[in-house]
Amino acid sequence: MLTIDNLKKHFGFVRAVDNVNMDIREGEIVSIIGTNGAGKTTLVNLISGYIKPDSGRILFLDNDITYASPYIRIKLGVGRSFQLIQLFGNITVLDNVRTALFSKYGMIRRGLLPADRYSSVTDEAIKILDNFNMSDKKDLTPTGLSEGDLKILDIAIAFALKSKLLLLDEPTSGVATNDKFKVMDSIVSAIKKEGISTLIIEHDMDIVSGYSDRVIVMHEGKIMAEGKPNEVMENKEVKATVFGIVS
Amino acid sequence: MVKNPRWVAYVLIFILLLFIPRLLSIHDLMLFEYGLTFAIVGLGFNLLLGYTGLLSFGHGAYFAVGAYTVGMIAKYFPGAYSLEILIPAALLFSLIISIIFGFLCVRHTKIFFSILALSLSMLLYALLFKLYHLTGGSDGLRVPLPTLLGISFKGIRRPEFLSGTYYYFLLVLFAISCVIMRGIVSSPFGKALQAIRDNEVRAELIGIRVRRYRLYAFIISGMFVGLGGALWSFVNGHVTADLSHWVFSGEIVYMTLLGGFGILEGPIIGAILFTYLKLYAMGNTQYWMFVIGATLIVLVLLLPNGVAGAIASLLAKLKRKTVKGTPC
Repeated sequence: MLTIDNLKKHFGFVRAVDNVNMDIREGEIVSIIGTNGAGKTTLVNLISGYIKPDSGRILFLDNDITYASPYIRIKLGVGRSFQLIQLFGNITVLDNVRTALFSKYGMIRRGLLPADRYSSVTDEAIKILDNFNMSDKKDLTPTGLSEGDLKILDIAIAFALKSKLLLLDEPTSGVATNDKFKVMDSIVSAIKKEGISTLIIEHDMDIVSGYSDRVIVMHEGKIMAEGKPNEVMENKEVKATVFGIVS
Repeated sequence: MVKNPRWVAYVLIFILLLFIPRLLSIHDLMLFEYGLTFAIVGLGFNLLLGYTGLLSFGHGAYFAVGAYTVGMIAKYFPGAYSLEILIPAALLFSLIISIIFGFLCVRHTKIFFSILALSLSMLLYALLFKLYHLTGGSDGLRVPLPTLLGISFKGIRRPEFLSGTYYYFLLVLFAISCVIMRGIVSSPFGKALQAIRDNEVRAELIGIRVRRYRLYAFIISGMFVGLGGALWSFVNGHVTADLSHWVFSGEIVYMTLLGGFGILEGPIIGAILFTYLKLYAMGNTQYWMFVIGATLIVLVLLLPNGVAGAIASLLAKLKRKTVKGTPC
């Protein structure tokens, strides 16, 4: 559903993304790994429209979205979460998700009736929070949540936009080690339930091998290897550059 | 849904307000009416400051537009000088001016927004001040007593007018403003504004057109302030160019801070308190500016959420103590 064709983005002399080609199929969970500065986040920023590429093409569901505004991409179904959490800090957890739903349904122009009156939207927001095991915290504001919950909420907002493709930028960074799997379990089970295609950027190899169908290894802006998690991890070149193991 | 006890309190307060003319002396009642008009201003101003996160130092401009609409109609179209025409006219002109000014202002945020709003209001000030033949310049314009639904108040003195019909007219418009603003801030539209306030980047990425929604908030805010200005002009009986001066805009900011901008009711309390505080300070010392300034410093240091914010957190504390087993 997502096709990236010869995508290029240079920052001065730094080749952040250098002639990358890749495909993501429907319902697939793909992880991108690579050392710091390999171009992973730049790639996600290009796909979500945060920055524009120098050349190449991005096709999503047969639409050319290479230079489309973030707004258009969201309407088409490209959602993302952030490595550094981006939330609405002073409204409740429920409203964080509900506002995304209102926006998705084009209802944010409605300015007179209280949001609570739209009970179908509220119920849907609670259902989404339920999927992520967060509905008991719906009346708290993000300031009262743990780092792991904040990450999940960030993803729940992207999820509420009914994205067909989710881009998750380091969903477990900053989360305590023993919470990481709990966080990933709630995210992946929610994603699988809806059959959403997902692109995950991740450092933690246990998480990559545990949850993804396919792994792409990036190095200095290029794709170095690609395949099933266990195949990629046996690749000698990958071992040397990404894990620093010389055998 | 359980019936909200808050609404019961609102209705009780409204009923109490109906009896205010019998309780207060005419002097205090007039002050209270000043307070009510500023309360409507505060409601509108707070949509921008408290809910959208934009601090305008130029909202005196829309107040002046509302007040001058009344003054100009009195001067040039005396035939149309009745409340049921004046109020919609004031809303219309503040709509037009806030569309134009807002369109220019919302391209920026933070201090740039504040300064741009300030400069535009000073531009209007200069026009009102210099166009002597049109606006009366530094003399301003007189605001005679209007008619209401064909009823003329000729021969009645202003204090009688203000303590009778006009008080109830003002009170009804104030109540309507409160209900509408309450609706706006809790609606999906209001939630979108709060999302923009909290995180502009993310708001854009959940599909909210940030700049456009800031403009909508600016326009609604400007219209509330314009309505406040028009209602104020009848109480004051006279309008001058000073209304568009940044000092007056500063007073709007001050009363909102005094009441607390995190809460819907904050600016209402702030506006009424400010009216009495200012008069009390002016009546007792020529250094009244000093009193206002000192209160502001105390406020920022001790009650950063304003008077209403302090009351709300006190109530929340009491509630937590009485309800057992509430996790916190």
